Amino acid sequence: MENILQISLVLFLLILGYFFGSYREKRHFRNLQLREKQVLNMPIANIGRNLPADITETKLVVGIVVISIDYFKKISAMLRNLVGGRITVYESLLDRSRREAILRMQEEAMEWGASQVLNVRLETVAIGGRFGGKTDPGSIEVIAYGTGIK
Amino acid sequence: MILTTLETVPGKNIIEHYGLVQGSTIRAKHIGKDILASLKNIVGGELTSYTELLQEAREEAIERMEKQAEQKGANAIVNIRFATSSVAQGAAELFAYGTAVKVE
Repeated sequence: MENILQISLVLFLLILGYFFGSYREKRHFRNLQLREKQVLNMPIANIGRNLPADITETKLVVGIVVISIDYFKKISAMLRNLVGGRITVYESLLDRSRREAILRMQEEAMEWGASQVLNVRLETVAIGGRFGGKTDPGSIEVIAYGTGIK
Repeated sequence: MILTTLETVPGKNIIEHYGLVQGSTIRAKHIGKDILASLKNIVGGELTSYTELLQEAREEAIERMEKQAEQKGANAIVNIRFATSSVAQGAAELFAYGTAVKVE
């Protein structure tokens, strides 16, 4: 009886994770595309040596985001780990986390009135999930930072 | 205080160099938010409470770094870098470092 209860709980979480997780991810990607169009005219670069001569002001701009993977994807990544190969579910998680962090940085820079952001650096950390350990990160934390110039 | 990730402050000359300054902070959210975050782990998506936590941590780290630079008599910090690590569950360390300089 107890086993059946446990199995049905896991199944319930899997289904919940699958439907809500993929819905939220799709919505996030649509949102990202929309916002990326708005910052298209603001170039960002990770070089910062040859500066334009006419800079009047600079500001440190930062974008931070923490995004969690859903239960279904976590389990599917664990299964994928057994056979090896590309773990696409984590690829999409990292992709949207990085894009979100960069976007937030760009939006902060735009608000301030920057013409571009130079010397951009990205920092990624995996935060252990409820099952602990670095091997199955529950969430990803990304910091994007750079110098906005006017 | 001028903060930049560039190696120089554009349009200004660095006249003095004070070496490395750093600020770090470790923060944790209260257990209620941790529980909410672990529920969010099921459906995925952004963990806003953790994002906020990091925002606060970032401000704190920069503040401490600035304070250190001020003590040395600097008026700018160049080549700033951030590093983070999760030291324990629900706690995040944010570490900011850079080079304190005086510009004119």
